[in-house]
Amino acid sequence: MIGDTSVLFQIAGIGIIVAMIHTILKQMGKEEYAQFVSLVGFIIVLLFVLNSISDLFQQIRAVFFLKG
Amino acid sequence: MEIFEVISVGIIASVLFLLLKDKQPSIAFLVIVLTVLYFFIFVIQYVQEILQLITYLGEQANINEIYIKTILQIIGISYITEIGANIVKDAGLESIAVKIEMIGKVFILILAIPIFKSLIETIINIFPIT
Repeated sequence: MIGDTSVLFQIAGIGIIVAMIHTILKQMGKEEYAQFVSLVGFIIVLLFVLNSISDLFQQIRAVFFLKG
Repeated sequence: MEIFEVISVGIIASVLFLLLKDKQPSIAFLVIVLTVLYFFIFVIQYVQEILQLITYLGEQANINEIYIKTILQIIGISYITEIGANIVKDAGLESIAVKIEMIGKVFILILAIPIFKSLIETIINIFPIT
């Protein structure tokens, strides 16, 4: 049973919204804000991925006796 | 059948990747990374069952616990190395993936040293060097 796959859709939604805001800000001529929005979106998504990575590493440590 | 879940998640992830590829390549890459992590978290439950069987068989056969533990640790290192190398390779950084694999091999060798040592000691006990 694969766990919670709704995170995938959440990330795709964040990506689409960030791309939209990026385009709008670029059209308004606010290039630096557009870059900033991209960066913040990336960091939010990275937090999801980090949780997942730490989950995987904990499980592998438990399964393969890799403590210490 | 769990394989259908894996296939459908893979297809959904590739569609989302295609959607995001042009506008936000970095977020699209993170979608791929997350999918890979999901797959490996999913499959580790089944690997755990196999490993429990192996440890049980080892206990029944009275094999020293250290040997089975070392072998399982070696398998774990190769598993995690494979995951890391695959994720880095997906980002298009072939060279770093090769280095990760190389360092994994070094650590596997280090784990195998005690077993090798005990083998040598056994051989020396059988044929003592005078």
